[in-house]
Amino acid sequence: MDTIERHTIAALVENEPGVLARVIGLFSGRGYNIESLTVAPVTPDESMSRISIVTSGTPMIIEQIKAQLNRLVPIASVHDLTADGPHVEREFALVKVVASGANRRESLRIADIFHAHVADTTIESFVFSLTGQRDKIESFVELMRALGDVEVARSGVVAIARGSKVL
Amino acid sequence: MASERMTGAEMVIRALVDQGVEVIFGYPGGAVLPIYDALFKQNKLRHVLVRQEGGAVHAAEGYARSTGKVGVVLVTSGPGATNAVTGLTDALMDSIPVVCLTGQVPTHLIGNDAFQECDTTGITRPCTKHNYLVKDVDDMAQTLHEAFHISRSGRPGPVVVDLPKDIQFAEGDYEMPAEIVHKTYKPRLKATNSEVETAVEMLAGAKRPIVYAGGGVINSGPRAHELLTRLVRTTGAPCTLTLMGLGALPASDPHFLGMLGMHGSYEANMAMHGCDVMLCVGARFDDRVTGRLDAFAPNAKKIHIDIDPSSINKNVLVDLPIIGDVAHVLDDILKVWDAKNITPDGGPRQEWWKQIDKWREKDSLNYQKSDTIIKPQYAIQRLYEMTQDRDTYITTEVGQHQMWAAQHFKFEEPKRWMTSGGLGTMGYGLPAAIGVQLAHPDATVVDIAGEASILMNIQEMATAAQYRLPVKIFILNNQYMGMVRQWQELLHGGRYSETYSESLPDFVKLADSFGAVGLRATKPDELDDLITEMLSVDKAVIADVCVDKTENCFPMIPSGAAHNEMLFGPGDSAEKPISKSGMVLV
Repeated sequence: MDTIERHTIAALVENEPGVLARVIGLFSGRGYNIESLTVAPVTPDESMSRISIVTSGTPMIIEQIKAQLNRLVPIASVHDLTADGPHVEREFALVKVVASGANRRESLRIADIFHAHVADTTIESFVFSLTGQRDKIESFVELMRALGDVEVARSGVVAIARGSKVL
Repeated sequence: MASERMTGAEMVIRALVDQGVEVIFGYPGGAVLPIYDALFKQNKLRHVLVRQEGGAVHAAEGYARSTGKVGVVLVTSGPGATNAVTGLTDALMDSIPVVCLTGQVPTHLIGNDAFQECDTTGITRPCTKHNYLVKDVDDMAQTLHEAFHISRSGRPGPVVVDLPKDIQFAEGDYEMPAEIVHKTYKPRLKATNSEVETAVEMLAGAKRPIVYAGGGVINSGPRAHELLTRLVRTTGAPCTLTLMGLGALPASDPHFLGMLGMHGSYEANMAMHGCDVMLCVGARFDDRVTGRLDAFAPNAKKIHIDIDPSSINKNVLVDLPIIGDVAHVLDDILKVWDAKNITPDGGPRQEWWKQIDKWREKDSLNYQKSDTIIKPQYAIQRLYEMTQDRDTYITTEVGQHQMWAAQHFKFEEPKRWMTSGGLGTMGYGLPAAIGVQLAHPDATVVDIAGEASILMNIQEMATAAQYRLPVKIFILNNQYMGMVRQWQELLHGGRYSETYSESLPDFVKLADSFGAVGLRATKPDELDDLITEMLSVDKAVIADVCVDKTENCFPMIPSGAAHNEMLFGPGDSAEKPISKSGMVLV
C-alpha cells in the first residue's frame, strides 16, 4: 500500500493567467513531488492548454493529487495516463557538446546511433537535438559527458494515450 | 435584459445588489475610493465599517454562517488585502461562502512596487477557493457574478476579486448574466443509483452503526439537516457531530452522542471505535477527529458522503465513497430505505444501544463542582440554561473556552454555532458575533471568549458601538492561554513558557471606554446575576467571568492516541504518558 509509484498525469486547463501557478502552488503547498512539468496551448483558439506532469507517491497520494487538481476551478479534466492504460511518452532535448579531435568525431557517431540531429555546429562544438523516452535521453547525455563539456536543455515529458480515443 | 452603461465601481455596487446582498463589511483606502464613492450615492447596500480588515472577513463569516448567504467584504489594496488573509484562510478551512473585493493599484502600475501594492491574487491563491484579477471593465459583471456562483456552490469557500483602480473608473456595459454556466467548474450533486443502493444495504445490515456528521450538513442547507435527523431516527443509528456540525442534529435527540474527537464525549469516541458500519456525512476525517489513524474505527465499513472529491480517502480509506451534495444523497438514501421497507434486526441493535448506555454512564463531561470558585464548565452551563428561552446565537474564540462551549452548550438547530474549526483563529468570535448580530438584530448573540483571544480583535468593540450592536462577550478569564498551558502541562513538564496573560486590561473599564457595559463575577453566586444583567441590557457587554485558573479541558484524546485511549482528568494524564511520535503532532 505504501509503495511509491510514478504516474504521468495530463490536465486540460483553461488558458488563463495564473493557472500554472495554481497547479505548481498546489504541488508545493501540499508537499507533492514534481519530476517534470510541461505546458502549452493545444486547441486551435488557444483557449485550452495541456499540462503534462510526471509525479510520484503512494497510491493514496496519487489519488489525492488527481482530486486536488480536479478541484481547481480552471481545470477541465485530469487524466492519469499511467493508470488509464498504454500510452506514449516522449521527451525532447538539446545537448551541446564541446569537444575536439577523436572525441568530436565520436560524438557525431553516437549521435547517429541515437538518431539525434545536429542543430548547430562550430569548430569545437555541436548542438544535438534528440527526441525519445526519458532513459534514451539520459544515456545519450551520459555518453556525451565522457567526451567533453556538456550543456543540456530538456523539455520534460509529454504523453498521450495509445489508441483512437480522443480527449 | 438590456445592458446599461456605467463605471466599473458602479458595476460593483450593482452586481452586489443584483446578488441580493444587503450588508457588506469593509474598510476604505486609496485603491477602493471609486467604489466607496459609488457606495455613498446609493441606499440599497449597507456598509459596515470595521476597525481592521481581518475583522471584516470574520464578520462576513459570522453573517454567512448564521444566514446561509454569501458574506461580502470590501477592502483596499496592499495591507487591506494582506490583513484579510487570515479570515480568507479561515473561511477556506471551514468552507464558508465569502466574496472579498480588494482594491488594486491601476493596471499600468501592477508589478512596479507601487504604493500599497501587493500581489493579491498571488498571496490569496492558496487561501481561496478561487480568485480573479479584473483587467478589463467589460469582464467586470461576468466575473463578479461568477465569483458569487463559485463561492456558494459545491463546497463553499472564499473568492477574491481584485479590482485595479483604473478599471473602477472605466466605463463599460453592465448586464446581469441569466445563469452562470462555468466552462470547467461543475460540482457533482447527485450520487449514482448503485452507490445509494449499496449504502442502504450496508446500513440495513449493520449491527453497530454510527452516523458521523459534520459541517457539510449545515452547508448543504436546511433540508439536509431535516433529512439527517430523519435518517438517524429512521435507521435508529446513534449519531455524533463534529465541532463544525453541532446543531445538524438536535442535541436533545436521544440518538445524539455529543461531539466526537479530541475533546469529544466518551460515548461518541467509543462508539466510533466500536462501530461496524460508519456513515460519514459531510465531514472530513480531520486529525482532531480521528486520533491515531491506524487505530481509527478498526472494524468498520465506512461510507463517506462529501461534495468534494479531494476529501475522500485523504486521511482514511473508505469502502464506499459517495460524491454529492448531502441533501441530494440523503434524500435518495431515505427514498430507497422507505421503498424497501427496511427494519433493521432488533437484537444486535439493542445490544449496541445497551453498550452505548454503559458508556454514557461514565458521564465523561462531568467536572469537579465548587462553591468558592467559578468553574468554566459551570459558567457555560448556566449561560446555556439562562438563554434557552431566547433566540440565541453563539460564537467563540479559540482555546479551552471553545471546547467547553462545544461540550456544554446544546444546539437544537443548525446555524446557531459559529466557531473557527479548521484554522483555529483566535480573535474570530467578536467580529463573527458582529456579523451575526447584523443579520439577526433582535437575537441574543454571545461570543464565548477567553481573555487572551478577545484581545486579538478587541478593536471591533468600536464597530459594535458604532452600529449599536448588543453583542455579549462572555469571557472565561483564567489569566492563561489555557489550551496552550494545558499542552505544556501534558507534554512539556509544566513549563508555562509565555502562556501567562500578563498585564491584562481591566475589562470592565475597557467596556466602559467603548461605550459598552462591563460586568464582573468572581464567585459562583455572582454568576447568575451577571448573566441576567448581561442579557437584559440593550447594549454591547463585556462580561469578565473570573474562572478557575487551573482547570483543564477533559475528556481528551491525547495526540497520537486512539479513540479508546481517552484521558478523563488530571490524574489520568500522569498514568498514560504521551509517546514521542504523539508529541510531534499538534
